[in-house]
Amino acid sequence: MATYALRRVLVSIPVVLASTFLVFFFVSLTGDPLADLRAAPNISQAQLDFVRESRGLDQPTAVQYVRWLQSIPGDGFGTYLRNDNRIWPDLQRVLGNTLQLVIAAEILSIIVAITLGVVSAKRQYSFFDYSTTTFSFFGFSMPVFWFALILQIIFVNIFLATDVRIFYTANLSAPNPGTGLAFWVDRFRHLALPIMTLMVISVATYSRYMRASMLEVIHSDYVRTARAKGLREGTVTVKHAMRNALIPVVTITALSFGTVLGGAIVTETVFGLDGMGLYFIRYLGQRDPYPIMAWLLVTAVAVVIANLVADLLYGFLDPRIRYD
Amino acid sequence: MTDDLRARAPETAAPAPRGGDAPSAVLPAEEAGHAEILARSQWQLFRRKFLRHKAAMVSIVVLTAIVLAAIFAEQVAPYGFNEINVLDRGIRPTVENQHFFGTDRLGRDYFSRVVFGMRTSLLVGGLVALLSTAVGTVIGAIAGFYRGWVDAILMRMTDLVLILPGLAVLLVAAALLGGGDPIKVGFILAGLIWVQLARIVRGTFLSLREKEYIEAARASGAGDLRIMFRHMLPNSMGPIIVNATLVVATAILIEATLSFLGFGVQPPRPALGALINDGRSAMTTDWWLVVMPGLTLVAICLCVNFIGDGLRDALDPTQQETV
Repeated sequence: MATYALRRVLVSIPVVLASTFLVFFFVSLTGDPLADLRAAPNISQAQLDFVRESRGLDQPTAVQYVRWLQSIPGDGFGTYLRNDNRIWPDLQRVLGNTLQLVIAAEILSIIVAITLGVVSAKRQYSFFDYSTTTFSFFGFSMPVFWFALILQIIFVNIFLATDVRIFYTANLSAPNPGTGLAFWVDRFRHLALPIMTLMVISVATYSRYMRASMLEVIHSDYVRTARAKGLREGTVTVKHAMRNALIPVVTITALSFGTVLGGAIVTETVFGLDGMGLYFIRYLGQRDPYPIMAWLLVTAVAVVIANLVADLLYGFLDPRIRYD
Repeated sequence: MTDDLRARAPETAAPAPRGGDAPSAVLPAEEAGHAEILARSQWQLFRRKFLRHKAAMVSIVVLTAIVLAAIFAEQVAPYGFNEINVLDRGIRPTVENQHFFGTDRLGRDYFSRVVFGMRTSLLVGGLVALLSTAVGTVIGAIAGFYRGWVDAILMRMTDLVLILPGLAVLLVAAALLGGGDPIKVGFILAGLIWVQLARIVRGTFLSLREKEYIEAARASGAGDLRIMFRHMLPNSMGPIIVNATLVVATAILIEATLSFLGFGVQPPRPALGALINDGRSAMTTDWWLVVMPGLTLVAICLCVNFIGDGLRDALDPTQQETV
C-alpha cells in the first residue's frame, strides 16, 4: 500500500508540473502583466523597466517558468506584482479559512446525502423518493451564486423584521469574535449560510450516487441471505447493504474535491469570506499572474491529495482491490 | 456506465445488426422475427418511452416557449433592454404596464431584460453543446478506434482537466482572453468541456471495436472511416445525445457564473448572470431583481436536465439510474 501511495505521488508530480506550466505559458502568451501598471498615470519608463528586469519578464517563457519554480521552496512563491508583500503567508491564511468551510460542508453533505440516498432506495418510487429526485434536479439546475444571494435576502429580511440575527450574511468573523468557544460559535454563525450554499450541489450529486449504488446492492443475493437468516431489517440495511453501497460514494466525494473548490470561489465571493476563492477572484481582477499561479499550484496539489485519499480509501473499503 | 450496458447486452439477446443499442429482449414477440422492421421498432420503442416521460414532455413545451421568446425577443419584450421608464422606477412584479418581473431603480423593465438575457444564455449553451460535441466526438472516436498517440494525448489532457478546478481555469481563460461577447465566451467554455465528451465517446468506441459486427464489417472490406462513422458512431449515439443535452445546462450555468463574477459576457450586452449582479446592491428590498433572472436560469436548466433525463431513460433501457 505504501509503495502504491508513493508511486502515485511520484506519477502525479509531472502532471501537476505540466498543468502549471501550461497555465503559465498561457498566461504569458495572452496577458501583459504590466498592462495595468503601464496604464497608471504616474509611472515612468524606468520604473517599468525595473519591474520587468527584476521579475525577469524580458526572458523567454521557459526561463521565467523555471525561475518561478525555483522561487517556491526558498522564497514561498515570491511577492505580488504591485507590492513587496509575500504571497505564501496570505495563501496559508486563506487556505485555512477555506478548509474550515469546505470540510464542514463536505462532512455535512455526506451525512445528509447518505441518509437521503439510503431512504429513497429503500422506498423506491415513493413520495419521498420522488421529492429527493426533484430536489436533486433543482440542485443541478440552480446557479450556486444565485442560491447564496437568496439565502442572504431571506436572512437579512428575517433580521430586519424580527431584529433577531440567526446567521450572519457576510464576512468570516465579527470584529471582536472573542476567544475559545465564543470564537467558534461566532465562526459557525458566519459560516452557516456559506456551508448551506456549498451543500446544495454536493448533496444533490452524492445522494443520486448513493441511491443508485444502494439500489444495486439491495437486490443482491447476500442481502437476501442476510434477510433470510432472520436479521432485522435495520441491521440488513445498515450493516450489510449500506457498507458496500458506500464504496463508490466515498470515491465520488473525494474525486469531486476540485469541483467543491470551484464552488468555494463563488460562495466566498458572495459572502465576502477571506478564503481561497475570494483571493483568486481578487488577484484575477488585478491580472496579477504570481498569486494566481501559486493558487493553481496549491489547488492542484490539494486535488491530487484528495484523489490519492480516494484511491486508498477505495482499497481499504473494498478488499477485492489490491495495490501492490 | 455505458460500458456496462454494452458488456451486458449480448447476454440478454443477440445484438441488433445495426442501429440502436437497445437490447431487443424487450421487443414485442410478434416483431422479434422480422429483421427488416427491427430498426423502426426500436425507434418506436424509444419514442414511446420518451413520450411517457412526463417531466421531459412538460420540459419540451416550456423550453420551446422559452427558445421562441428568446428568438423573437424584440417582439416579445414589452420594452427595450436598456429602455428607461422614468415613471416606473422600483416597481415590484405586476401585470400593470407589463412589468411582469418588476423594474429596477432606474426604471428598466426586468422582464424585457431577462428575455434579452435568455437569448445570450441559450446562444452560449447551444454553441458550447454543438462545438464540444463535434470536437469531442471526432477526437474521442479517433482515440478509441486507433488508440496510439491521439489516445495518449487525450488521456493526459483528461488528467490535467481533473487536476485543476474547471471553474478556475475558465475564469483565468476568460480574464486573459477577455470575455465580452457570447460567441467568444462559448468558444472558451467549449475549449474545456469537449474533453469530457471525448472521454465518453472514447469509452464507447473502445468497447465497440471488439464487437463481432465490426469484425464482420472489416471482413467484408469496409474501410476505417466507414466502420467508424457508419457502424460504430450510430451505435454510440445514445450517450453522445444525452451528454450533448446535459452540456447545454452546464454551459448556461457556467456562463451565468462567469458573467456574475464579471469575467463573462460584458455589459452592455445582456446576460442573466450580469443582471443578477446588477440587482445585488438593492436586493434586500428589491428582491425581484435577483429572484426573477435566477428563476429564469433555473427554469431553463431544469427543462434541459429533464429532457436529458428522458432521453437517457429512453435510450438506455438497462440503466435505472438518473444521476
